[in-house]
Amino acid sequence: MTSTATAPPSSVERSKDPAGAPVRRPPRRIAFGHRLSRWDLKLSPYLYISPFFILFLVVGLFPIAYTAVISFMDWDLVRNSGTFIGFDQYVYVLTQPKFWIALRNTFSIFLLSSIPQLILAIFIAAMLDQNIRAKTFWRMGVLLPYVMAPVAVALIFSNMFGDKYGLVNTTLADLGIPPIPWHSDAFASHIAIATMVNFRWTGYNTLILLAAMQAIPRDYYEAAAIDGASKFRQFRAITVPSLRPTLIFVIITSTIGGLQIFDEPRMYDQFGTGGADSQWLTITLYLYDIGWGQWNFGRAAALAWILFLIILAIGIVNLLVTQKVVRDEGRRDAGSRRERRAAAASARRRRHDHGEPTLDTQEAAR
Amino acid sequence: MTVMNPVPLAIPEENIPNAGKRSKARVVRGSRPGWFVYTSLAIVLGSAIFPFYWSFLIGSGDASTIRDPDMSWWPGGNFLDNAASVINDPAVNFWRALWNSIYSSALIALSVVFFSTLAGWAFAKLRFRGGRWLLVFVVATMAVPTQLGVVPLYILFSDLGWTGNIGAIIIPALTSAFGVFWMTQYLQQAVPDELIEAARVDGASSFRTFLTVGLPAARPAAAMLGLFTFVSAWNNFFWPFIVLDRSDPTLPVALSLLQSNYFVDYSIVLAGVLLSTIPLLILFVFAGKQLVSGIMAGAVKG
Repeated sequence: MTSTATAPPSSVERSKDPAGAPVRRPPRRIAFGHRLSRWDLKLSPYLYISPFFILFLVVGLFPIAYTAVISFMDWDLVRNSGTFIGFDQYVYVLTQPKFWIALRNTFSIFLLSSIPQLILAIFIAAMLDQNIRAKTFWRMGVLLPYVMAPVAVALIFSNMFGDKYGLVNTTLADLGIPPIPWHSDAFASHIAIATMVNFRWTGYNTLILLAAMQAIPRDYYEAAAIDGASKFRQFRAITVPSLRPTLIFVIITSTIGGLQIFDEPRMYDQFGTGGADSQWLTITLYLYDIGWGQWNFGRAAALAWILFLIILAIGIVNLLVTQKVVRDEGRRDAGSRRERRAAAASARRRRHDHGEPTLDTQEAAR
Repeated sequence: MTVMNPVPLAIPEENIPNAGKRSKARVVRGSRPGWFVYTSLAIVLGSAIFPFYWSFLIGSGDASTIRDPDMSWWPGGNFLDNAASVINDPAVNFWRALWNSIYSSALIALSVVFFSTLAGWAFAKLRFRGGRWLLVFVVATMAVPTQLGVVPLYILFSDLGWTGNIGAIIIPALTSAFGVFWMTQYLQQAVPDELIEAARVDGASSFRTFLTVGLPAARPAAAMLGLFTFVSAWNNFFWPFIVLDRSDPTLPVALSLLQSNYFVDYSIVLAGVLLSTIPLLILFVFAGKQLVSGIMAGAVKG
């Protein structure tokens, strides 16, 4: 509480009004005020986070912990309590052939959706990263599918992938290709379901990758172009490596989401049980069936934990693989920033050598 | 670039900056791209729109449209009739579902924004014991799947007698770890520490600083968080499907009922799909730009 001369914006200045004019205060009151404001400083952060944390504990964390407890129990719905039976529920779930089928299907759908989606998203993002006209229009267009509920997407696509009268099969028939059994064949059904996922999420991931592409210094491309690198070479040698942190982020989030898939397979036919031979039964669909079809909460809880552990394991594997596959040229630590600056400087120097205008104007524009 | 290409410098025409004409454009890729880029983008856009059009095409026909071997690519005239049979179907409860969706999604969005802004402010700008650790913990819980909580939540709500009540889908969604993470990230870079210092020097209490410095700065990120929370709450299916009664559904749950009732008549199902998507399409028209920049802003930091 010193002079008011240093007070910056008016909104802040207003704030001392209720306390009275601090300049006229007697010294003891200031000391008391100090003590008060020390407590204010110490306590208030906890007051700010406590509403979130209290609610989060009750509806977020407590259920997670309690799922673990239930998974070790034989849960009685009538008494609404359980008897402890150790790992029996886990053993039961893991010995069900259906669980392994569901695991296979989940992974198959996940791979069929995430890999093509990522490749597609990178290429669309590269298109959007060009100096195109009506940028906002294209970006919004790409995002359009995101606002449609997965349930709605699933209904439309399960119609298009109908075995008999679906659009896809009639188109194939027009081309002279025999119809594909989109529902009775497991792999075909995975492709259909993966298409729904791709439809809804490709645009979203495209925009994330586009943002990362726009953060790449343009000097890189200039230097590469002057060195005679083709557009494709520039894409491979500059764009892709620079996207590494973002790619890891996208892959991990799509793993967490993809392995939980429920809405699309649930809506793929009118029964929602994953097909007569579990062709497209996924883990979460199986969990729903155990929990709210067979009403066995102990087993459902065990399966939920198994799913969580699988997601964790795959997340870690993803992290390791992505780090290996995408070379770390685009790393964003101090070292590479220095390299980047050096590259930019060399690009600038080269421009001068060629007697071209400096980069100042562009840098100002950026 | 450590790659030193020995090949003579053949600079493509388009890469030579034309300072006079394009001084403000990005120079290397400053030239307008060719037809290839626009054609590819048009194909992408076409496939983004096509399913919407397809559902209108089927939804405006009748039960036999889908089986018609030479189906017209021009919509029929039955859309309003089909929409009316969706709305008037007592098993689907359309108006109830629409109201439930609007009300629960709006409430969830408001609450997530409120709690996340408060907590995000504390994590981003106030120093306190255990703060960093708590934030890491919150972020880590983002990896936990919803499935891990549904069994106890269901037991809890059936104990309370709330299954079938719309409150059962609102309460678990009132807070979001992602929201806290998002607001923390944003506030960290949006508010300079000097501003908070200055407010304190001037004798503002911590809460007053939050109101006068934090809240105005948080507004754009809060709006985006609200939008995204609204959209995902609107589209959420798994938990509402488990806990809600068929008589009091949200729109996605109502759609699933529509499918089991009308699986023989896809024209009604797809009319219902379109009908339930219209509110979000309207939202998209007004807020699509914000959604785009929200995704792009989040990505840079993610």
